[in-house]
Amino acid sequence: MLISALSIAGGVMLLLGLLLAAVLAIANKKLYVYEDPRIDEVEAQLPSANCGACGFAGCRAFAEAVIRGEAAPGQCTASSADTVESIAAYLGVDAGVGEKRVARLACSGGDNVARRFAHYEGRYSCRAASLVAGGGKHCTFGCIGYGDCVAVCPFDALHMNEHMLPVVDEAKCTACGNCVVECPKHLFSIHPISHQLWVSCSTRLRGKDAKAACAVACIGCGLCAKAAPEAVSMDGNLPVVDYGKNEFAVREAIENCPSGAILWVERDGRRVLGVKAAAALEKVLNPPEAPLKKTSASEAEQKSEVSG
Amino acid sequence: MKSYVNSFPHGVHPPDCKYTADAVIETLPLPPEVTILLSQHIGAPAKALVAKKSKVMRGEPIAEAVGFVSVPMHAPIAGTVTAVDYALNPRGEMAQAIKIKIDPDADQEEIYGTPRDLASLTPDELIRAVQETGTVGLGGAAFPTHVKMKPPAGKSVDTLIVNGCECEPYLTTDFRIMVEESDKIITGIQLVMEAMGAKEAFIAIENNKPEALESMAKAIPAGAPISVRSLMTKYPQGAEKMLSRAVLHKDVPSGGLPSDIGVGCFNVATLLQLGQLLPKGQGLIERVITVSGGGVERPGNYRIPLGTPIRYIMEQVGIRPEARKIISGGPMMGMSLSSQDIPLTKGMSGLLVLTEEEMRDGGGTVYPCIKCARCVDACPIFLNPSLLGLLARKARYEEMAEEHHLNDCFECGCCTYVCPSNIPLVQYFRIAKAMNREREAAK
Repeated sequence: MLISALSIAGGVMLLLGLLLAAVLAIANKKLYVYEDPRIDEVEAQLPSANCGACGFAGCRAFAEAVIRGEAAPGQCTASSADTVESIAAYLGVDAGVGEKRVARLACSGGDNVARRFAHYEGRYSCRAASLVAGGGKHCTFGCIGYGDCVAVCPFDALHMNEHMLPVVDEAKCTACGNCVVECPKHLFSIHPISHQLWVSCSTRLRGKDAKAACAVACIGCGLCAKAAPEAVSMDGNLPVVDYGKNEFAVREAIENCPSGAILWVERDGRRVLGVKAAAALEKVLNPPEAPLKKTSASEAEQKSEVSG
Repeated sequence: MKSYVNSFPHGVHPPDCKYTADAVIETLPLPPEVTILLSQHIGAPAKALVAKKSKVMRGEPIAEAVGFVSVPMHAPIAGTVTAVDYALNPRGEMAQAIKIKIDPDADQEEIYGTPRDLASLTPDELIRAVQETGTVGLGGAAFPTHVKMKPPAGKSVDTLIVNGCECEPYLTTDFRIMVEESDKIITGIQLVMEAMGAKEAFIAIENNKPEALESMAKAIPAGAPISVRSLMTKYPQGAEKMLSRAVLHKDVPSGGLPSDIGVGCFNVATLLQLGQLLPKGQGLIERVITVSGGGVERPGNYRIPLGTPIRYIMEQVGIRPEARKIISGGPMMGMSLSSQDIPLTKGMSGLLVLTEEEMRDGGGTVYPCIKCARCVDACPIFLNPSLLGLLARKARYEEMAEEHHLNDCFECGCCTYVCPSNIPLVQYFRIAKAMNREREAAK
């Protein structure tokens, strides 16, 4: 009795197993989706940062696009040149290496040069401070300096300097654009490193007010536009460089700048000021005489505080 | 649900600190110079009508409204326009402004305006007349009053709630005007009721202001459909949604306005200005503010021309050396000012100069959320601030708005007030709202 019950149960299970195995076997053949094995190979070489700088939804989507021929390996700005070369060699395609692009900050107003008239208390974040009173800096268009951009940089390419101004490490920057999105004052933008003439100020304050707010603010004198009329034009108070005519954006444009708002970015990322501007800045940072006594007005101003 | 008589569920009881309640409204001497920001209200900034060097009379229109959701500006002092350019606004931005220097020879008593017979005006004409006065919600929101008087098509307002709660600690302006100028407030109420076709009006006053309750009740003419309601003293009793609940026991739907349930809410200060300005055809040129806090030598209630620099007001009332922070509005919902160069705007109901001791937990350490749910018990609109705070830290802003009703939050500050971990919840919500707005604008 027991034996027969067991054998019936066993037989049923065996038949069921065979039947399901057959279904799976057929499904495997009929419903098979071919996936290019090279996708895995390429993806393995990519940095897995999923930063999105290539314009695709993550590294795997980019790998698929490269294999379909819709993207060149060089579009991955986060990979080193060797990696791009190796992917290109593996697939037998052109590396398509574009010019290196980096994030640039359109502000030079660190705490050493830009006045901060109110002390902010609250959540330590630029976004939060900008909502309270524009951040508490006299120039409400400039960098607040609480490092929201540094926090979102996945490549460790952004650091705050000693004056609370972010500095881009151009060797590490992959132009992923996270900082561009994060900055509440919209001060970052992505540029090829050949865009060397750079307006490092975003103020809309007028000459005298701008000068009072920040030693390196653009005062809207227009001398740079005179020096390079083909490439530089004035938009209201600020010069705008037309990078479509980059060959005319010559270094002479910075030489007459009295404040250092327009400068020259070397290919290694060093920011060079014009002669006049460098001398003027030197005077501001290391005044020749003893510093003036604080006036009662500035003392009263220091009392006013901001918090969240 | 349990019924809450003369109040609303949840809320908090901050110490009321109304030190200036007995201070009779004083008029400060006119400032030597004023700065009129062209955007002191919600809506399109006004457009300047004057240029540099123009001579203006006191109360003359100097900027016109641009479109319906906008109000004109009037010269608060007689003088000469020195500039039409930019000045610092309370949000710390540079905004368009008109600067006027006082003319020592000009007549400061005579105020520009043409008196008119209001009884002959149709409701629409009356609403236009309200826009011409430049009146906005003087309780702090600065929303143009005439826009509120014209509810969206298909909705009508039959009940008016007059907000005399003044639930914010320190502030006493509404209290003082209810005691001193109750008849003009009643005129304002009657004009608004006529323009909106409202049948009934309730003057809502918290029960910690018996003098105001008495004075308003006395001012109501016999037979008028206006009554005074004494409400429980609780913060934020003066919010529109809380008032509808406390006075009429009706809830404003999520995402809706009081006009959805046939209610219009107006602050007593706004109605006072209407009662005062409309019959004379004048514009809004001054307001009453409370200057209080431990950092002030002479705290009190002052009538001050709009556009007066905060610095001038502080010179007049005197600042003590221990003053650390200036807040515009009340301590719960007010905004810290970043500079004394900011001028007085229509929406400022008070200036608080706080000392170190008064700044509760100023810059205190923020500890992790311990899930005590005190914020949940405090939130007057039944949100879950603790959960919203966690989502905000993870930058899940869209989820906050779509699934957890972030946009119903009116930033009353109850959650931040009760949080034992010092979590700046309201600040998180402001960031989240700003990010959502930015994302919406980018689309």
